[in-house]
Amino acid sequence: MSVLVIAEHDNDTLKSATLHAVAAAAQLDDDIHILVAGNACRPAADAAAQVAGVSKVLLADAPALDHQLAEVTAPLVVGLAPAYTHVLAPATTSGKNLLPRVGALLDVQPISEITAIQSADTFQRPIYAGNATATVQSGDPIKVITVRTTAFDAVAETGGSAAVETVDAPADPGLSRFVGQELSVSSRPELTSARVVVSGGRGMGSADAFQILEGLADHLGAAIGASRAAVDAGYVPNDYQVGQTGKVVAPELYVAIGISGAIQHLAGMKDSKVIVAINKDEEAPIFQIADYGLVADLFKAVPELEAELKKAG
Amino acid sequence: MKVLVPVKRVIDYNVKVRVKTDGSGVDLSNVKMSMNPFDEIAVEEAIRMREAGTATEVIAVSIGVQQCQETIRTALAMGADRGIHVKTDEELQPLAVAKMLHAVVGHEQPGLVLLGKQAIDDDANQTGQMLAALLGWPQATFASKLAAGDGGLTVTREVDGGLQTVWVKLPAIVTVDLRLNEPRYASLPNIMKAKKKPIAGLTPEDLGVSAAPRLKTLGVAEPAKRQGGAKVASVQELVDKLKNEARVI
Ligand SMILES: Cc1cc2nc3c(=O)[nH]c(=O)nc-3n(C[C@H](O)[C@H](O)[C@H](O)COP(=O)(O)OP(=O)(O)OC[C@H]3O[C@@H](n4cnc5c(N)ncnc54)[C@H](O)[C@@H]3O)c2cc1C
Ligand SMILES: Nc1ncnc2c1ncn2[C@@H]1O[C@H](COP(=O)(O)O)[C@@H](O)[C@H]1O
Repeated sequence: MSVLVIAEHDNDTLKSATLHAVAAAAQLDDDIHILVAGNACRPAADAAAQVAGVSKVLLADAPALDHQLAEVTAPLVVGLAPAYTHVLAPATTSGKNLLPRVGALLDVQPISEITAIQSADTFQRPIYAGNATATVQSGDPIKVITVRTTAFDAVAETGGSAAVETVDAPADPGLSRFVGQELSVSSRPELTSARVVVSGGRGMGSADAFQILEGLADHLGAAIGASRAAVDAGYVPNDYQVGQTGKVVAPELYVAIGISGAIQHLAGMKDSKVIVAINKDEEAPIFQIADYGLVADLFKAVPELEAELKKAG
Repeated sequence: MKVLVPVKRVIDYNVKVRVKTDGSGVDLSNVKMSMNPFDEIAVEEAIRMREAGTATEVIAVSIGVQQCQETIRTALAMGADRGIHVKTDEELQPLAVAKMLHAVVGHEQPGLVLLGKQAIDDDANQTGQMLAALLGWPQATFASKLAAGDGGLTVTREVDGGLQTVWVKLPAIVTVDLRLNEPRYASLPNIMKAKKKPIAGLTPEDLGVSAAPRLKTLGVAEPAKRQGGAKVASVQELVDKLKNEARVI
């Protein structure tokens, strides 16, 4: 039997989250298939065929699959699933939207955001905002799983040469339709895969103040993130949010600026390799987990840090 | 249109969670329990819809132990019209919850079910999507804006890349995200009034559904602790440490 991975893509390119899900699949089986469902998504399927370790790409290409709405995509996956022992997707907003719908149609209890694989039926996953780790065993005939991308190192984007096989797309049941989107455009690395993340919190005080993080992020080649409080206050868009209910990141370096360190925020960044905190309150809980804490006013410390980094080259 | 709002009783989000020493779970004895924060947002939205005339009745439903009645009372005090309690002491997982909600939807015939996007205890983020699947209804998850019209709802969703807007035909399932609204506090008179609002009692057997868990929890452990807490005295020292000690820049 084989493992099916649902690709995250935008029809043209494969998103890196897919490579992390393939890495999890590789711990389960040698025969890994990727489903690329979309509209005019041949380029993404061709990219998937290059991914190291992938033996087959299933291409479902139809206008009804354009934005991969769950109402159309779930029946497609359900039709394919019986040929597989496991169906995996990255734990992104699209994976989280789709896989439970697939699970219910298969009468399977899905397993969300696994962080480790113990055996073909036993997995670890964080619960309670990462304050506990549960080991769970599934007796369901097909395991339906979302994969926390930061817990599995990406496989190589190239090196494979899988065959691309076309599969039929289901008809659109007409229950839902795509209306529009406002995607953040940024020249910065993607938050979830960046090597360095610089995040601002409520302490930034305004949207304008977030500008002072730009120079620092430029110098470090960093993505910019935020706490929920900063997003709620409208300083930055929703997709910047790091935490239990936002994005999970685990960069080499995480710099938390004007962030107090609530458990819901820590849930999204505490697996970073090195954590720096800049906060004017020396009692702020973020300092308990920071490798390097600097008690300072951020409006003074951030420009200083940028200048010092430039000096250090 | 009736709106059904499933509300879950969970450990309060301010409580520091402790794993039991025998590794069987987290310690829930003598800790503060509250309504799942996302569900408060769902209740608030449903009440606003009734206030705006798009909804006629708001029904709060909770599945679980006897004390779930307190969670339902909170929803009633916020303004929900009546409650349904499905009583069970079983460990609940989203598939079983979705099946029970499916049966409740069959009795109540709501036009909309508003759920939280995620329960902050199991962090599953599954129930709404699974209920939508069982009903064959459309789903709009992670909603930060709702507008009724055109025989359906136009929903803005918080997605990884930014915001996406979809239209779903009614009846539909919507799961709510943090920025949809700010839930109101229940006023004292409303808390008093809520005591008189009806809560119907049911069991999984009444609904013809097994509540038994599918996943077996083999153990619950505390994650590895970070060794943090070191301070630097200056920006210069910070840069030096990052360069020469941590070697990350
Ligand atoms: C259901 C639920 C889900 C949640 N999910 C998330 C999530 O995914 N992500 C998340 O981040 N939060 C989440 N939260 C919110 C979380 O509980 C905290 O409220 C939030 O993280 C606080 O953000 P903050 O640290 O920016 O703000 P605050 O806690 O207000 O901290 C601001 C900090 O800035 C410091 N500061 C102020 N001015 C300066 C200055 N000039 N220089 C230096 N320091 C300064 C202050 O000392 C303070 O420590 C969630 C909450 C709930 C209930
Ligand atoms: N036991 C329950 N009783 C009522 N509603 C629930 C229950 N469990 C989950 N829900 C609903 O499903 C949502 C998502 O939960 P979950 O899928 O467990 O993350 C919650 O926000 C609630 O709206």
